[in-house]
Amino acid sequence: MSGPDRVRATPPRVVLVDDHGLFRSGVRAELGRQVEVIGEAEDVGPAIELIERLVPDVVLLDVHLPGGGGQAVITAVKKEHPEVRFLALSASDAPEDVIAVIRAGARGYVTKTISTTDLADAISRVADGDAVFSHRLAGFVLDAFAAAPSAEDVKPSFDPELDQLTSREREVLRLIAQGYTYREIARELYISVKTVESHVSSVLRKLQLSSRHQLTRWAAERRLT
Amino acid sequence: MADQDEQRSGRGWHADGRPHDAPHWPVQGHRWRHHGDGGPLRRDQEDRLLGGIAAGFAEWRGFSPTAVRIAFVVLGLFSQGWAIPLYLGAWLLIPAKGAETSIGNRARHDSRGIALAVGLASVLCVLLLLTGVLNNGLLETDGWPQVVSVACLALIWRNAPASEQAAMRHLVEPLESLGAGGTRARRGLWIRLAAAVALIIGGLGWLLSAHEKTALLRPLGGLALVAGGLVLLLGPWWLRIARDLVLERQARARAEERADMAAQLHDSVLQTLALIQRRADDPQQVVQLARAQERELRSWLFEGRAPGDADVTFAAGVRQIQRDVEARHGVPVEVVTVGDCPLDDDLGALLAAAREATVNAAKWSGASVISVYAEVEPDQAEVAVRDRGKGFDPDAVPADRKGLAESIHRRMTRHGGSVIVNSARGEGTKVTLTMPRTAAAATPAQPGAGGGAR
Repeated sequence: MSGPDRVRATPPRVVLVDDHGLFRSGVRAELGRQVEVIGEAEDVGPAIELIERLVPDVVLLDVHLPGGGGQAVITAVKKEHPEVRFLALSASDAPEDVIAVIRAGARGYVTKTISTTDLADAISRVADGDAVFSHRLAGFVLDAFAAAPSAEDVKPSFDPELDQLTSREREVLRLIAQGYTYREIARELYISVKTVESHVSSVLRKLQLSSRHQLTRWAAERRLT
Repeated sequence: MADQDEQRSGRGWHADGRPHDAPHWPVQGHRWRHHGDGGPLRRDQEDRLLGGIAAGFAEWRGFSPTAVRIAFVVLGLFSQGWAIPLYLGAWLLIPAKGAETSIGNRARHDSRGIALAVGLASVLCVLLLLTGVLNNGLLETDGWPQVVSVACLALIWRNAPASEQAAMRHLVEPLESLGAGGTRARRGLWIRLAAAVALIIGGLGWLLSAHEKTALLRPLGGLALVAGGLVLLLGPWWLRIARDLVLERQARARAEERADMAAQLHDSVLQTLALIQRRADDPQQVVQLARAQERELRSWLFEGRAPGDADVTFAAGVRQIQRDVEARHGVPVEVVTVGDCPLDDDLGALLAAAREATVNAAKWSGASVISVYAEVEPDQAEVAVRDRGKGFDPDAVPADRKGLAESIHRRMTRHGGSVIVNSARGEGTKVTLTMPRTAAAATPAQPGAGGGAR
């Protein structure tokens, strides 16, 4: 993700939800300066309660949680507090888990091996309402949207636009998958960083709203092969 | 004794199948060993219904256990009752798979068991003599072999290893409960018992009278009554046994799966953790070990690939490049693959070129991480190798690097592909390799999508 090219008046208020205490304390220690960690939870139920009480800017959410996984937290909180934003975090790359959390409403996905500066940057990006795609997620999305949708896939969508990526969006995703920052992508494609962000947000929207069967089937197939 | 046996049963098939391994074996064990196609004849505890004879025989000779069981039952019907003592005798004399001795060998030292067996057998003899006096030919012919059966059964019951005894007790337990069921179930049980006994007695009476009159069709009615009585009496018990067997097998499958997982974790993760602890003073090494381990675990968990599996697809080939470069040059390589297809000559050339580009970046760029992006599209495959290292001025390339670039270029053009190199001083390098896919390669991966010309 690009360097700290944005300046916020106040650091984002963050809640950490992860069932590994060691990881939580590590993140809290590392992120201490850039963000304000206002709460921690390690389970689905307590996490929902805590988030609804504190209403943080960003929830840093582990994909794998005992008691329903990260997507259960997102689904529950979104009903009452649609303004709370989620950044999914996982040590796993099981595509179906990642896609499920994104489709539940997370604004992005990063792996736990991410560097601290990148993580802080990703959090403030999500706090500003942008989407954050790690290079792995970009690969998953390209893969999922890769095959031309067959007739049975298109039918259920109320908006066929949602079922395909534009060529520009594909270009942006390809560059993310190659490890480009947003700023590098902007320079490479001769567009502004804002435009890159809007492309990524648009991909996120498609990912969340597309009723394409392909997405679920893709995840299932990938798991098997 | 039993404990010792339990321990040894974990040692597996080959360890005790080799003759030189077991000079101390009892004579009985040798007699039953067969140097045929698949090791000695052993009772198979894994797949057993009773003693595991049929399953063991099936494995020994390579038949299906079900076929062996059916054959045995059919034989049993014509053997005038000798099949049962034959089976029990085999149970007694053939060692279980992985066990050191047969049950019979241990029974030799069980004087009380022998006394019990002889006692039971003689009681049965007396009973048979009595029925013989009453002149009932059917019971007599089928009855005498069961004298042997009873004796064998008593010995097996007393001398089987703990695990087998538990299984047997489990089989018989419902029968015991016939006598001492709970208060709730008791009434229904008594009704069932009464009906069953009435049916069996009626059926037997019918059979015996038919035996004397030798009418052709009437014995069938008697048999039906007896069978009905038996089903009524023992039906629930049989159902439960069948269900328990299924559950037991499932549990065993789960246990095996867990064992596999434990083995994998031990072989890879624990070993690596141990290595990391020993090299804690070398951060570079530790990072490398952790990355290699992470990759291996991921490919095992999410791609179902065991470490060392052959690479037959394009994406797998790219991951192999990642592994090799990280291992050899110590630079982390981030790989993202989109789509996949089987390898062919052209894609092999693409992989070779990608490998050269990646190694090149690892050696020269000085970047802390190299990103490799591979995408398979219906008409072409692309690999982009990118670093944020020193970069170079493409117009003023040093001779040694030019050679490498040319070798990549040659490889690609020979197969109809193309190379684009973007680089600037201080901004890193990106090598984009594109290879058109031939129709033959495109068809199996994405039917109908292959149209790429060479």
